[in-house]
Parts: sequence; C-alpha cells; structure tokens
Amino acid sequence: MNLVYSSILIADVEIGTHYYWNIGELTLHGQVFIVSWVVIGLLLLFSFLGANNPTRIPEDWQNFMEATVEFAQDIARNQIGENSYKTWLPFVTTLFLFIFGCNWIGAIIPWKLILLPEGELAAPTNDINTTVALALLTSLAYFYAGLRKKGLGYFKRYLEPTPILLPINILEDFTKPLSLSFRLFGNVLADELTISVLVLLVPLFIPLPIMALGIFAGSVQALIFSTLAAAYIHEALE
Amino acid sequence: MDSIVAAASVIGAGISVGFAAIGPGIGQGTAAGQAVEGIARQPEVENKIRGTLLLSLAFMEALTIYGLVVALALLFANPFVS
Repeated sequence: MNLVYSSILIADVEIGTHYYWNIGELTLHGQVFIVSWVVIGLLLLFSFLGANNPTRIPEDWQNFMEATVEFAQDIARNQIGENSYKTWLPFVTTLFLFIFGCNWIGAIIPWKLILLPEGELAAPTNDINTTVALALLTSLAYFYAGLRKKGLGYFKRYLEPTPILLPINILEDFTKPLSLSFRLFGNVLADELTISVLVLLVPLFIPLPIMALGIFAGSVQALIFSTLAAAYIHEALE
Repeated sequence: MDSIVAAASVIGAGISVGFAAIGPGIGQGTAAGQAVEGIARQPEVENKIRGTLLLSLAFMEALTIYGLVVALALLFANPFVS
C-alpha cells in the first residue's frame, strides 16, 4: 500500500497549479521563468562555445553549431525563398532553437527531483502563456514583414481573390496565432499527461517508449512551428 | 460545484476528444497508406517521402489536439464553475 501511495506521489498529475511570483500587481508563473532561463542559458552557452575561437576547418562545438544553424537556415530558405530569407533568418532560427530546447529540456531532465512549494518545473511550452506569446510574436512578425515590403498596399491582399472573402481573410489573422499556440501547447501537455498517467498505472519500463515518442514529438513540433512561421512571413511578402 | 455542470463537463470532455480523433484518424491512415504506396513504387525517394509524411501527420494530429485542449479546459479550467 505504501508503495502504491509513493508511486502516486511521484506521478502526481499537476495541472493548473503554478509557482506564483508576485511582483507589484503582477502575478507570474515562476516555474516557466526558471526553466526558460535555463534554456536561454544553455543556448547562450552553446553559441559561445561554438563561436569562441572559430577556425577555418570547424571542429567539435563549432562543427556542431554550424550544422544546427544550417539545419535551421534550410527551414527559412525553403519557405521564404532565396531572395529575402536573410532578414528573417534570426527570427525563425530563434523560434526553432528555443522551442526545441524547451521541449527537450522538459522531456529529458527529471525536474520532479527539484521540489517547489507549489506546482512543478516542466517544459515552459506546457504553459499556454508561453505559446501564445510566441504565436503573437509570429503574427507581429508577418504583419511587419508585409507592411515594410508593400506599405499600406499590404491590406489589398484582404480583397483577393474576391472582396466577398474579406471576412474570412480577416478571420484568418486570428486563427493563425490561435492554431499555432494551441498546437504547440496541446502537444507538449498531451505528452506529459500521457506519461504521467502511464507512470501512475505502471511505474516501470512501460512508459519508456511513450517518453521516446515525446522527445520525437517535441522536435517535430519545433520544426512545424518554425516552418509555419516562415510560411506565414512568406505569404505576407508575396 | 454544481453536480449537473460537473457531469456535463466530464461527458463533454470525453466526447470532444473522441470525436476529434475520428477525422484525423481517417486522414492519417490515408496519408500513411499513400506514402507506403509511393515508397513501394519508388524506394529511392524514401527519405523525402518520410519527411513529408511526418510533417503532414503532425499537422493532422493537431486537429485531435484541439479537441484535447477543449477537454482539458473543461476538466481543469472550467469556465462555467463559479
């Protein structure tokens, strides 16, 4: 009985409980900040290691980081096109690396070992606020891209192909960030929930394949988010 | 919590995931079947087909995830509970 009880404690499903920080009038979800700072720190560390003393023939970290950046560069180039992808390369690459880092750090590091007074540490992307922020940034980015390229003529595309489609075209601007944020949030949360429920039922070995699937799904979601962001920007530039 | 609201929310959560899984299930099956056909016909482009297939499977999966998000909102962040 004691064993059952302790395994339930390990697998305790916590949704909607947060580690609140109160700063003035604001209430912040502390656990999201802590883990995203870890992710940002890791990304910075990797970049410094990669760019520390660059050599003509890359080795070790430089090689690894160059391969990573080239992979992310391909996402932007394939979607936005050879001519104007360089302007948007940093944005798309940052989105990819940050979301990838968040998903993997939540899946790989056993955060349960660090106890918080309330809530638990997990992937920052399992909080809807993070994903909505990223999706709204994407919206701002494609509006900025379109307005800078075409000025106010950008809004002509709402009347194409026919003015009858105007409401649908306007609606699309709202559904884009909605679907982007829900897709990422739901996928990450669904992975963590399935793992928690499986660990609750069978604590040993059985959840392992699902955990591997979670790691895989995390990288695919990062790829999809950055691909879609680049595709939206391309649509606005066209 | 009002017990009618609670019962309706739980039933609604179950139905939302269940029905949201039907369409993407059919779609993923069709896509995977076509991909297998494509690989059988042209084994040399297997890698390209696999990459596209995984990407499109993830897009279809997102539809079920929307249902899941609705279910989670009903279960853990129910707006109708005062």
